[in-house]
Amino acid sequence: MPALRLLNVTKRFGAIKALDDVTFEVKDREYLCVLGSTGSGKTTLLRSIAGILHPDDGDVYLDGEKVTEISAEERNAVYVPQTYALFPHMTILENVVFGPLAKNTSRGIAEETAGRMLKLVRLDKRADAYPNELSGGMQQRVALARGLASGAKLLLLDEPLGALDGRLRLELRTKLRKLAKESNLTVIHVTHDQEEAMTIGDRILVLRKGKLQQLGTPYHVYNRPEKIFVANFVGNTTFLEAIVKTRSKEGSTLRLREGLTVRVRDSSFETDEAVILSIREENTSIMPEPKGDEPNRLSGEVTAVHFLGSFIRYVVMLTNGDVIAARVPIKEVNTEINKGDWVSISFDPMNTHIYEYPTLGLQGELEAN
Amino acid sequence: MPEIRAEGLRKEYGKVTALNGVNLTINNGEYLSIVGPSGCGKTTFIKSIAGVVKPDAGEILIDGNRVTPLPIEERGVGYVFQEIALFPHMNVYDNVSYGLMVRGVPPTDRRGPVEEMLHMMVLEDYVSLYPKELSGGARQKTAISRALTSGSLLLLLDEPLGALDLKVRTVLRYELRKLVKDLGLTAIHVTHDQEEALSVSDRVVVMKAGKIVEVGSPMQLYLKPKEIFTAKFLGEANFMIGKVSNVNGRGSQFDVSGLNLSAGINGEFFPINGETCVLAIRPEFIDLTSKPGNVNTWACEIVSASFVGDSMRYEVRADNGAILLVKTPITEDESGFVNGDKAYVTLPEGSLLLYGLPEEGLEKALSLE
Repeated sequence: MPALRLLNVTKRFGAIKALDDVTFEVKDREYLCVLGSTGSGKTTLLRSIAGILHPDDGDVYLDGEKVTEISAEERNAVYVPQTYALFPHMTILENVVFGPLAKNTSRGIAEETAGRMLKLVRLDKRADAYPNELSGGMQQRVALARGLASGAKLLLLDEPLGALDGRLRLELRTKLRKLAKESNLTVIHVTHDQEEAMTIGDRILVLRKGKLQQLGTPYHVYNRPEKIFVANFVGNTTFLEAIVKTRSKEGSTLRLREGLTVRVRDSSFETDEAVILSIREENTSIMPEPKGDEPNRLSGEVTAVHFLGSFIRYVVMLTNGDVIAARVPIKEVNTEINKGDWVSISFDPMNTHIYEYPTLGLQGELEAN
Repeated sequence: MPEIRAEGLRKEYGKVTALNGVNLTINNGEYLSIVGPSGCGKTTFIKSIAGVVKPDAGEILIDGNRVTPLPIEERGVGYVFQEIALFPHMNVYDNVSYGLMVRGVPPTDRRGPVEEMLHMMVLEDYVSLYPKELSGGARQKTAISRALTSGSLLLLLDEPLGALDLKVRTVLRYELRKLVKDLGLTAIHVTHDQEEALSVSDRVVVMKAGKIVEVGSPMQLYLKPKEIFTAKFLGEANFMIGKVSNVNGRGSQFDVSGLNLSAGINGEFFPINGETCVLAIRPEFIDLTSKPGNVNTWACEIVSASFVGDSMRYEVRADNGAILLVKTPITEDESGFVNGDKAYVTLPEGSLLLYGLPEEGLEKALSLE
């Protein structure tokens, strides 16, 4: 039995559909990350599951039981808001005790539970401190302990690491997953950070304008993005406009602007159909001078070199004016390539994806949230 | 094209020392970023230069002129901060021309500079729109245009992209750098996003606890950090404590909890026999293979494997108990390792960073909070 099931859930705010016919299931003890940009409906989704909001259409099931009409207090799910919402005038212990007390647990048992949860997030020694005496990371752990102390098996985390500094975020995200797994919790974790979602989610759900775009394992979402939006949102990708020139069982040949041709794996589109070709930046090779004759070799001029730490990113303008980017691991950078250099670019047909030409046009599709 | 000098800046808020003697010269036309954990003083520093915060001690000089007592209006700086502060009742054009208006420039003389700026920022199509009708990116571009239209050559950016979605942020950061270079501005950019700092800056400043830890080019700081905290804060790194067992003309040998490592001569740190040192290595420089390498190879067991899209992240345990983080590019011919697999890590001599054991202890020296 799935721990959570949403069936055709729609939630409107005036003319806006914050959730638009959303259907999916979450398994017991699964860690699901919900990924989307600002305004995609991520928070509305969590709040609808928590029972803080009620959908206009569709139903929510927890452990097989329909809870659509049931209040938040009576659901076996706890919502941890982005702002932590700790009570500033209460100590850490009192903040954590609050959860079980609100569920009519006796004071003694509530304190015992709170103590255990604080120990779990390693803040038992700070039980008497007030929230403003703690760092952001510690406050986040307190909010988490309070959520855990409520005894709910489904934890709904809204950008739990959002208020933290980059470096600290990185350390806490693995701890968060570990804690959830050790405590046998089912977690829905909302984030706009794709790397965070990839690292800690068993599966990832991508939302856009209230609509579910794709649900799958990190590997699946990254390597088989079903939509241009997903390919663009998760990972770093070059998109080029193209026309299908020929197709066969092994794949297709595409014509880029100005007559350049490339080979691709996909053969599901008709000849002469307008399509979008997508290639991951890390699957794109760059060489200082033309040599060899591997497929999909194109030449162009380097227009920018960006040092990103573990990668160097090269932006290349092809002879037809199209722009393509290549991301090379820092360890594999052996020849110096500079801005203004003439280089050749290539990619394996197996690493390409083809999408239907979007109604908004490529630029319109990429810019729309 | 101003040159900025900060001399002995100190600022205290009650018991907290936000700036503890900061000295820094920012060159004409330079794009400088400041990074550091929360509370390191980076925001207080940029606010002191803007004139929003008055330091307790020390001086700020712009082109050799002491501006410390001057308020923000008289410093000739353009200041952009994270909370986009546009006037909601004014359209884009009026917002951008606001600075000229308050200085009493007549409307006919405002048009030229305002239109030039709107053109530069590709905002021409938005002139008659109001802030709430704009996307986050367009709003922040309007705020930057407004800051620059007053003719200021010093641009102070306090987390200017922090409130934006990742994709917009990535595009805008390159546009910002281009603008600064095209207009010959000097820019100081405070950010919590290290990739942002590394990719657009001429130099990066790392701060901790009110002090500057290290200043250098992005590549210098990432590949050859002189300070152990820089290695920790920028990017990721593994840290190990080792005892020098032998030193010769080519480098030194270390005993790392019973396993041997050799390191080449590296930077300015020369270990002596018997000394206890810290060895660091970035996860993307470690080789992970099923067969042992030649030098600095340790047998290990895979403890965790996670797919992060453009790479795999592994935690491995060496025979001496050390846990190492390893990041490897995804390759098609290699299926990767799974939990429990036996493998080998090789730590290339030239990629090892060497540091003296910090007086305050390793953990304290690396702490972010």
